[in-house]
Amino acid sequence: MGNPAPAAAVAAPVRSKVSRDDWLLRGVLVVVAAFLAVGILLPLYALLSKSFHNADGKFIGFANYQSYFTNPALFQSIENSVTVTVVATLISVVLVFLYAYGLTRTCMPYKSLFKGIALIPILMPSLLPAISLVYFFGNQGVIKGVLMGETIYGPIGIVMGEAFYVFPHIMTILLIAMSMSDARLYEAAAALGASRMRTFFTVTLPGIRYGLVSAFFVAFTLIITDFGVPKVIGGQYNVLATDVYKQVVGRQDFEMGAVVSMVLLVPAVIAFFADRIVQRRQVAQLTARAVPYEPKPARGRDLAFLIYCSVIGALIVAMLAMAAYASIVRLWPYNLTLSIYHYQFDLRDGGGWASYRNSIQMAAWTAVIGTAIVFIGAYLVEKSRGFREGRAALQFLAMVPMAVPGLVLGLAYVFFFNDPNNPLEFLYHTMPILVICTITHFYTVAHLTALTALKQMDPEFESVSSSLKVPVYKTFWRVTVPVCVPAILDVSMYLFVNAMTTVSAVVFLYSPDTALASVAVLNMDDAGEVASAAAMGMMIVYTSAGVRLVHALLTRGIALRTQAWRKR
Amino acid sequence: MAQSDTKTAAARRPYLEIRGLIKKFGDFVALRDISLDVFEGEFVCFLGPSGCGKTTLLRAIAGLDIQTAGSIAQAGRDISALPPSGRDFGIVFQSYALFPNLTVNKNVAYGLENRQATKARVAARVEELLALVGMPEQGDKYPAQLSGGQQQRVALARALATSPGLLLLDEPLSALDAKVRVRLRHEVKDLQHRLGVTTIMVTHDQEEALTMADRIVVMNQGIIEQVGTPEEIYRRPASPFVADFVGTMNFLPGTAAGQGRVRMGGVELATANGMPAVSQGGVVTVCIRPEDVATRNVTARTPNAVRATVDELEFLGSFYRATLRPSGSEPTRFRADFSINLMRDLRIAEGGEIIVSLPPEHLRVYKDAFTTTGDAI
Repeated sequence: MGNPAPAAAVAAPVRSKVSRDDWLLRGVLVVVAAFLAVGILLPLYALLSKSFHNADGKFIGFANYQSYFTNPALFQSIENSVTVTVVATLISVVLVFLYAYGLTRTCMPYKSLFKGIALIPILMPSLLPAISLVYFFGNQGVIKGVLMGETIYGPIGIVMGEAFYVFPHIMTILLIAMSMSDARLYEAAAALGASRMRTFFTVTLPGIRYGLVSAFFVAFTLIITDFGVPKVIGGQYNVLATDVYKQVVGRQDFEMGAVVSMVLLVPAVIAFFADRIVQRRQVAQLTARAVPYEPKPARGRDLAFLIYCSVIGALIVAMLAMAAYASIVRLWPYNLTLSIYHYQFDLRDGGGWASYRNSIQMAAWTAVIGTAIVFIGAYLVEKSRGFREGRAALQFLAMVPMAVPGLVLGLAYVFFFNDPNNPLEFLYHTMPILVICTITHFYTVAHLTALTALKQMDPEFESVSSSLKVPVYKTFWRVTVPVCVPAILDVSMYLFVNAMTTVSAVVFLYSPDTALASVAVLNMDDAGEVASAAAMGMMIVYTSAGVRLVHALLTRGIALRTQAWRKR
Repeated sequence: MAQSDTKTAAARRPYLEIRGLIKKFGDFVALRDISLDVFEGEFVCFLGPSGCGKTTLLRAIAGLDIQTAGSIAQAGRDISALPPSGRDFGIVFQSYALFPNLTVNKNVAYGLENRQATKARVAARVEELLALVGMPEQGDKYPAQLSGGQQQRVALARALATSPGLLLLDEPLSALDAKVRVRLRHEVKDLQHRLGVTTIMVTHDQEEALTMADRIVVMNQGIIEQVGTPEEIYRRPASPFVADFVGTMNFLPGTAAGQGRVRMGGVELATANGMPAVSQGGVVTVCIRPEDVATRNVTARTPNAVRATVDELEFLGSFYRATLRPSGSEPTRFRADFSINLMRDLRIAEGGEIIVSLPPEHLRVYKDAFTTTGDAI
């Protein structure tokens, strides 16, 4: 019977039955979404609402905003913030562009060494480079004459510190953009007799334009929302990030803190959406047929870039070395004998060694719990069947933290959790709230990493296992997790290192019992114990570096052990 | 539409009954009211160009992308709305989808371990299955250590492990080298025949469909163009689309001349295959396959004889494809396949004139004016 006559009546739409697996996945998805709702949406709402209320909790509309924008001192901060951010962004993007160009488009030697050096700033809380700058250019700085009478405490110091701080972040973006180039375009340009200059402007620049734009936005957001550098080295030069801190911690004016936070949220949100639009366009850039570009040796160029990268690399190493050195010098600059005096944290205010142990504990919890939540969340977004609205909602929630600066998040947590009417109030001033806050703060990048790994898996694994009637959690555990181990390790290391170095969000949330190392750096620096601040900063660096090392060893070990089934 | 009974078809209730299936992706309609029966033990191929809806139909049968409307019944049970885990099928994908971190043994055993069978029985079954697909003693290897053809056999063994009532193959051979592909065609067909498992295979490769299927379902733009045995599809294409998609076909413009006759420029031709409902003088398309153009023992009195000039000869290895221009003012050209033997015997050469016949039994006439998707002359 070939083709029976179609059913006479118009068939009713089919509503697919939901299997037990699907119910399970949906249930877990709702749990993860609830975590993110509590972790980001509700606190943000509390923050927004706070900015419209006065200290007595009365709704006063835009009155807080009005007094903010009519206060010249506060308003000045906006101008200051934008000025240093634009300058620091331009400088760092140019510096990084040349550095990344050397790493991808020349045949200079020691490329992987330079790549490694450029990643150093990731290991440091942003307070630390600022402290190094103080030792270089401060009142007792070794080379303060270089500034020709200008002070490092102010815009100059902020710009230098921020350029250092964002270097690895934009380098990663530009390296990816530059390595995704199609050699055939260069061959075509050469065959058509284009000059080097013309090739650069017609092939190289257009090819990486999205990467460049993305680098600009990321640098801009990171810098305008960074708190560590201006806190240490800003001096009297107020910026938005330090204003939030001063309003809340210094003047206990929470409402005004909320208003400044909302103002700080604006550029971050704009940059976030602009970056998303740009990223979406970049997808179609490179076809599968593209041939990767291989630079050919050119002595003059290679040498020039080697010199340039060496200078930049030396500066980066010098920033780290200065902090390390300052931390072990007895009394700068009068007594330069080496000692571990400044590492005796228990003799100083700021939390002592307990704060370091707290940090390790907090970072470990963040890495373990955060990785589990992030990976399961990404799995649900990418691999579950049906329930499109739920998946889209979770994906949206996962992207929100990217647009929220740490300070804003931390303050939002204060308003949300330190509310007697909130049943979750018991979390306030505890270790769990620090963990929840940190997981949320760094959720987006971790989520995207996990998502990328999951996208590379054959989408039919789930189809096959459901056809074999194997429950979804079994396939998740036996196949998905083992295959994604490298990405899982990446995510956990990312969360651990950031939990160690972050200061902005947690600075509002720690209690005397849960002081953290990065906060101790801030407080000791505030108290004038700069060398001890540097010492604690170095402890964070050593720990982060150690974790990275362990991660590298683990990754290599797994690569060897799974060689049999991993194609390379 | 051509009736195409397999031997037992009429007697039994179909194993798979698809009724009025519609699938929409937003505004795009991927399946338009598809109805189809598949009988137990049959090997059915869904054949069509990419985007015709064949994979969508397969995924609806599997429950992976459930249809917007319409019903599917398997072995008398309505499965229209069931999730994949509630249905009874094994599936093999073009990408194999073997679990990379599990050995061949564990891949094959994946669906068995869940069924409370003892370890020994699972192991025995795995061994049996690997022997069945011709891969004994390869069980400890990982998928990445196998060739594409071997991986596909493992995927087949895994899909068959739980003895499903229905085997679904989604372009299973497309990712393989040409030679491996040809060998696996026979192996898969042979295996299916031995096990007698009802099988549906999706393919865009007409040769694959013609050699493997009991019945072919030709699809185009979300509808079924024709269902029939390979022979029927090839010999009696129900539409110009099928005629064009399967094999090579000449499409020649003509006009209806009444009583089973068509006029093509200066010549009038008879067809033994019936005429479409077109009034006299209406536009039709006349079709004939190049290999059906006869030359040997053709004279001017042979039915449908045409005098033609050899415009071009294209050497294709085992035969020549000639481009012929009928004598007279006719600009229409058509292709004919001549064996090497024939070329020699009849001394056919470029520029020469020959008499060919377009045998009435091979001449098919369609209503629509049709533009070929392939290399139209």
